[in-house]
Amino acid sequence: MKKAALILLLIGLSFISIFVGIKDISVLDIFSLNNDKALVMVVSRIPRTIAIILAGVGMSVCGLIMQRMVHNKFVSPTTVGTLDAAKMGILMSVLIIPQGGTFNKMLFALVFTFLSSVIFLKMTERIKYRNVIFIPLVGIMFGSIINAISTFFAYQYNIVQNMNAWLIGDFSSVLQGRYEMIYISVPAIVLTYLYANKFTVVGMGESFSKNLGLNYRGTINLGLFCVSLTVSVIMITVGAIPFLGLVIPNIVSILFGDNLKRTLPYTALFGAVFLAACDILGRLIIYPYEVPIGIMVGTIGGIIFLILLLKKK
Amino acid sequence: MHTKNKLLLLLGLVLILTAIFMFYSTGTNLDYVLKRRGFKIATIIIVSCCVAYSSVIFQTLTANKILTPSIMGFEAVYLLFQTVIVFMYGDKTYKVLTNSENFFLSIVFMMLFAVVMYILIFKKGGRNMFFLLLIGLILGTLFSTLSSFMQLVIDPNEFSIIEGMMFASFNKINLDLFWFAFAIMMAVFLIGYRYIKFLDVMALGKENAINLGVNYNRMVQVFLLLISILVAVSTALVGPITFLGILVTNLTYELFKTQKHSILITACCLVSCISLIGGQFLVEHLFNFSTTISIIINFIGGLYFLFLLMRTQKV
Repeated sequence: MKKAALILLLIGLSFISIFVGIKDISVLDIFSLNNDKALVMVVSRIPRTIAIILAGVGMSVCGLIMQRMVHNKFVSPTTVGTLDAAKMGILMSVLIIPQGGTFNKMLFALVFTFLSSVIFLKMTERIKYRNVIFIPLVGIMFGSIINAISTFFAYQYNIVQNMNAWLIGDFSSVLQGRYEMIYISVPAIVLTYLYANKFTVVGMGESFSKNLGLNYRGTINLGLFCVSLTVSVIMITVGAIPFLGLVIPNIVSILFGDNLKRTLPYTALFGAVFLAACDILGRLIIYPYEVPIGIMVGTIGGIIFLILLLKKK
Repeated sequence: MHTKNKLLLLLGLVLILTAIFMFYSTGTNLDYVLKRRGFKIATIIIVSCCVAYSSVIFQTLTANKILTPSIMGFEAVYLLFQTVIVFMYGDKTYKVLTNSENFFLSIVFMMLFAVVMYILIFKKGGRNMFFLLLIGLILGTLFSTLSSFMQLVIDPNEFSIIEGMMFASFNKINLDLFWFAFAIMMAVFLIGYRYIKFLDVMALGKENAINLGVNYNRMVQVFLLLISILVAVSTALVGPITFLGILVTNLTYELFKTQKHSILITACCLVSCISLIGGQFLVEHLFNFSTTISIIINFIGGLYFLFLLMRTQKV
């Protein structure tokens, strides 16, 4: 029932998203689109709405899977340095192959995020002191180190301001011909969706999962690969969306419990709905300008997360 | 080697480095150069002591070796404040706000942030240190999101003002601020002097410390307050150097296998003097100012941190 309601909400929001913007297009115009309006729809509004849904689903599912694999609810692409690694990857791609296109950047980002996830996972295995909050602390520290190293290079080439701009997710740059790469995340999301249960088992530890007949290393690597791919693709097409992967799974877990089979669709839907709502809000607040989605989600998500933390006993 | 000898050796190294820094290729205008360099050395010593003192105590309180007070979000507050000023006033920033006003306002904001956070957390009781850190971190991320948004909108020429603030530098200090910072630091050290011995007991862990008669929660609050003052002063004076703390504390632990905090803190102050003077020398003569000291320290500190994580079995 609730699922149906969420789906309806998402459809409603997508509908609004298509009709909100500088170019005034009303619902009735659909039947009598002139060339101008049709162009705006095809080039900007529809790609944007698709990107919102994919990014929302992708980031929140990734967050959930990471939390399951590390067995820690505070883990997410924001808190373990994944976003910073992607940023470093893009920087390296720009520095090493300046004329390389977006696909090149994506490959670099993918390699860097994957490596950073592997390193981070190795680190958590070694941390004997398993305080729940300690792991994300180490993760954020890890992220700022990656950032420090990137800054070292960025400063040399005088692109610090530029690099900071990549960190901010922004849907207004999502246009036909520039966003298609986000579709690469679809198979990764589907794969994570299908393997979700196995990732939970992996989070229980090596011996436990081997006892259950699971290929431990293989499953972990598959999970990390899917997460890295999704994050890198979203990072390239949209930019970083902080806190999304952290807040959504936690809200869903509070509302619907921790049965992964049950919560996975909710997490995905919730992520898309939340992101769409934030994006529409961001477009309206300072109309005709817009607040980038990274800021909207970073602020709203950060505040929600703080409230969750302070309420928790 | 005996602890005392090691300390003397470090002191000697500081003196030698200072001498090299002062007299290396002075040029003709000896008077001017020496005065300026002496001034830099003095500032470096203040920053080193602030960072070393606060980092060692912080690591004892949190019972681990890889966190430093900068993780609590002070730097994000500082950068947000600087960004907001430039965002509002643009290139007139320096006319509207003098350096001293900027210095004091930065300290006030950072302290305000710390106090609000402590009240938020310790009022309810039963919360642990890590909880405090996480809240600080989230707030920090929130602030830096806001700063980066403003930085995105700012004119690139005006961004260069912020860029100057983003990275610590010893090239832009003025004399009044130096004495203020010095006075505040000495006051904190004097207050802290009485309490340092408690740290040796607190290092045994909360339960043990309480068993041995230390008013644990009260002491944690006192130390956190002292730490935040020091971090605020050093950040407002030269700007953020995130990884200096990690670098110098771990080098100190490596060199001194002792648990006595009076020794550890002294040694750590010396070690950070050495790294900062050495780093500044490299910036001036090897890199010819093409990079900044904080970027070098963060780079080396970051790599060292990764190495530590990879090497140790237990963190």
